[in-house]
Amino acid sequence: MFLINCPFCGERDQSEFSSGGEAHIVRPKQPTELSDDEWAEYLFMRKNIKGIQFERWNHVHGCRKWFNVVRDTSNDKILSVYKMGEKPPVNYK
Amino acid sequence: MPNYRIHKTEYIDETKRVSFKYDGKTYFGYEGDTLASALLANGIHLVGRSFKYHRPRGIVSCGAEEPNAICQIGSKKDLTEPNVRATELELYEGLEASSQNCWPNVKFDIGGINNFMSPLIPAGFYYKTFMWPKSFWKKVYEPLIRLSAGLGKSPTEPDPDIYDHKYVHYDVLVIGGGVSGIIAAKMAAKNNLKTLLVDDKKILGGSTIYQNNESIKIDDKLSSEWLKNEIQEIKKLSNLTIKTRTSIAAYHGYNFLLAKENLTDHLPEEKKENKIRQRLWKIRAKKVVIATGSIERPLVFNNNDRPGILLSNSINKYLDYYGVTCGENIILFTNNDSAYETSISLHKKGIKNIIVDLRKSASSELIKQAESLGIKIYFNHVVTNTFGYRKINSLEIMKLSEDGNTTVGNKIRLSCDCLGMSGGWTPMVHMHTQSGGKLDFRDEDQVFLPKENSEDQISVGSCNGDFDLENIIDKTVNKINKFLDIDNQDYQDTNIICSKENDKRNIWLLPNKIPLGKTKCFIDFQNDSTAKDIKLALKEGFRSIEHVKRYTTTGMATDQGKLSNMHALGIIADTAGVKMGTLGTTTFRPPFTPLTFGTLVGRNVGKFFEVVRKTSMHEWHVENNAEFENVGQWKRPWYYAKKGENMHDAVQRESKAARDSAGILDASTLGKIDIQGTDASEFLNRVYTNAWSKLAIGKCRYGLMLNEDGMVYDDGVTTRISENHYLMTTTTGGAANVLSKLEDYLQTEWPELDVYLTSVTDHYSTASICGPNSKRILNKLFPNLDLSDENFPHMSFKEDKIENINCRIMRISFTGELSYEINIESKYGHSLWKMCIEAGKEFNLTPYGTETMHLLRAEKGFIIVGQDTDGTMTPSDLQMDWIVSKKKYDFIGKRSLYRSDTIREDRKQLVGLLTDDPKEILEEGAQIVSDVKSKPIDMLGHVTSSYFSPNLNKSIALAVVRSGKTMKGQKLIIPMENKNINVTVSDTIFLDKENKRLNA
Ligand SMILES: [Zn+2]
Repeated sequence: MFLINCPFCGERDQSEFSSGGEAHIVRPKQPTELSDDEWAEYLFMRKNIKGIQFERWNHVHGCRKWFNVVRDTSNDKILSVYKMGEKPPVNYK
Repeated sequence: MPNYRIHKTEYIDETKRVSFKYDGKTYFGYEGDTLASALLANGIHLVGRSFKYHRPRGIVSCGAEEPNAICQIGSKKDLTEPNVRATELELYEGLEASSQNCWPNVKFDIGGINNFMSPLIPAGFYYKTFMWPKSFWKKVYEPLIRLSAGLGKSPTEPDPDIYDHKYVHYDVLVIGGGVSGIIAAKMAAKNNLKTLLVDDKKILGGSTIYQNNESIKIDDKLSSEWLKNEIQEIKKLSNLTIKTRTSIAAYHGYNFLLAKENLTDHLPEEKKENKIRQRLWKIRAKKVVIATGSIERPLVFNNNDRPGILLSNSINKYLDYYGVTCGENIILFTNNDSAYETSISLHKKGIKNIIVDLRKSASSELIKQAESLGIKIYFNHVVTNTFGYRKINSLEIMKLSEDGNTTVGNKIRLSCDCLGMSGGWTPMVHMHTQSGGKLDFRDEDQVFLPKENSEDQISVGSCNGDFDLENIIDKTVNKINKFLDIDNQDYQDTNIICSKENDKRNIWLLPNKIPLGKTKCFIDFQNDSTAKDIKLALKEGFRSIEHVKRYTTTGMATDQGKLSNMHALGIIADTAGVKMGTLGTTTFRPPFTPLTFGTLVGRNVGKFFEVVRKTSMHEWHVENNAEFENVGQWKRPWYYAKKGENMHDAVQRESKAARDSAGILDASTLGKIDIQGTDASEFLNRVYTNAWSKLAIGKCRYGLMLNEDGMVYDDGVTTRISENHYLMTTTTGGAANVLSKLEDYLQTEWPELDVYLTSVTDHYSTASICGPNSKRILNKLFPNLDLSDENFPHMSFKEDKIENINCRIMRISFTGELSYEINIESKYGHSLWKMCIEAGKEFNLTPYGTETMHLLRAEKGFIIVGQDTDGTMTPSDLQMDWIVSKKKYDFIGKRSLYRSDTIREDRKQLVGLLTDDPKEILEEGAQIVSDVKSKPIDMLGHVTSSYFSPNLNKSIALAVVRSGKTMKGQKLIIPMENKNINVTVSDTIFLDKENKRLNA
């Protein structure tokens, strides 16, 4: 069970959080302009990486804030945590 | 009765005699015994039958690795427990145990015939034989196999025992209280680290605690004496917690471990009462020291499974710890030095024994000691066969060839009543691998050792492949100093003398003149798989260890192959001609030993199973005979049965009353979200399908919320309280998810919006009064409020007071009747409800529950999200196109509404159904077809809601049907088990299409 360092509350048990999948997928500003394929790309396609992945987490049973996490999915190590709107750390690719 | 207890030890209290029952017969042991040691003291080796061949089997070990002595404890329907290892079960007065695998009884059983039929039961036998005919599997094969396989019986009634959970945090957790664990714990605790030491046994000390060989000494003392001193010392350390009878079940990521502490399993029945039986420790440790030791390996030779054949070191423990000898004429068969310790111990207690050593020769302090005592040693020999049905009585040995591939010379037959075997030692790397650690292979003694650490953990002692005491202590001290970044000097001057093993020879499958096909060289005792099975699997093309394991079932029993995995791997490597280290190993999964469900569940049983949410009016509902329905965690009144009424009667009465005069519903559980901020209107525009900017203050509007995929997600009425203040209601079950979803969009997609969300579900209680007399009741409650349609029309909101307490009143309707919802601070909810009931008395105001609510809304064709929808319905599928704004540029899910899939005309769409027989009520979930003769029958959809409407005096139903929008008036069929029901597709609104009743 992970320990997650909420950027607002500090380190807490995983059971307080819910995962929101891949991060940095921006909702298209003009969805109506998109073709079915382009919209499907936004709606359905996810990378599901083995290795370093950028994810969204929500401190749902805490401060209710959403934030971003860099996690190595091969060993579940959380390498970095940063707030929504902040730039992802550059040292992970 | 024979007595094999031959000397006193400090661990057995001979003043405390304990009686117990085994397979129905009464025996005696002493306090300090395990069930296994007490049975052996009584001369009992035979404890069960083997899984496939039903061969007689005896106790093999003295610990968690035991494959044979598996017992069923107790016979009570609620307390019986299967899969208990006799080697781990501490004896107590009144214990009742029976051998698990021995149907119909241990001495003679029908399955024994399998032993003679064994050439017919090769690897994969169950897969090959029992697959055909298919219909036989469930009714014939499986019950037979289960019966004869003796898989143990589950209790059939709820577990009355108490279990507990505890969450703890430590700087250092040390797993295992043997010599290396004790040293590690002492070093950590003395350095001011908060430390927890756990050990699964009753006392600390591991295998060193009964070590008494003169050639192994620490600071001039016997190693056991030295260790006892250390244990005395660590018990004084204030920041060290010691938990015995506590075993680690699982090692999860981030150093989160689960441990099971046994608190009462060793106590007699009357002392167990009202005590916590087991406690599950949830441990977060900054650092973990794994000191789980190693277990001895069996050797693989023909008929190596007879009762009386044990692991050599277990014979030693039974002797020196429990004072029990496993025989009077013992042979020890070994490939390493450790059996010599057993031999010398036996010799000193006057037990005749000889050694068969497959090494060509060997020299060490221990071997010299054995030789000087005159113990007979056969070097370069192997056991090729054993004899004796219910217990071993003799065996044959032969000389090994130079290369060890075959036997040479003449057979020598030796009589014995017990055989100890030692095939070397397997480090217990389970914890290391469970934590995600990788393994290295050491060729020299064929062991897997911990390699990379993915967690902050380290392995010390023999689980790290350090076997002699000098090595163990020196390395442990060095490693712990480094690991904890400390400089402990306690052991710098410790003087250790021990025998060093110099010679090694390992042969996984020992050679034999008899062809392998005619031998019984067991690898996995619990699942009864042999060397022959492994070879056959390879011949049939299996290569991966994971496949061979499953095909032969090797290592798949409750012992998880603790004694068998290495041999299986070794034989595969030898046969395939590859190096063993290259094959990898199987995955060790938690739990290390089986856990009872009770331990995992803890206190969360019965009324603590789940959190229960009750409204302020709950007590009134209870007093008025409500049956409750669980909606999420909420308890909602389902219906209020009067004397002599069943559910149907009650619902019919309630439904009729609500339309004829007045009904009242506790609507407090609906989710309520308070929305404030200058962009609140814009926010609602984006999350609902319809337009919100023009909603006037004091007005209410129904909204439909979609997922980004265009499917209906939730619905509810939202009220504009002031310019920048809205109150949103959600479905009862969807409240938490809707809030999460809204927060998600606010925080991540539209952070520029000035909007604040607060859940106020629990802050307000809601009484919903509906029916033609509702206005009159409201008038009694709020005499100063102008209830005229002009001042307070449908879909509007007013504030007023009851006894000076603020109320928010919405004129909204989920029943199609004139209807008001009164919201009040929760603490006044109960009083409000009682006042409503009082005011409504003269109008037959009838409390109704969720069932009636569902019925009333179905008469009006209102959907229930989650009942009439299932995450695949668009607004158009629900025939609710009217609520989707054409003008709005964007809202959640809009783009998906014209994907090629969502605009298909043949999607499943919501329709009404009327049965040809108006008394016939459809079953919710029933399938809908148009033709029952075609094969396969084309399934068109299913019934989502179905009721008998007392107001229409006929059965009504809602359903989703393929292309349903175009089918009005068409005949369809609901095929049921015994009959076909004829229905006609209708409109979804069954009652008051003109909405006249809203203003009645
Ligand atoms: Zn937080």
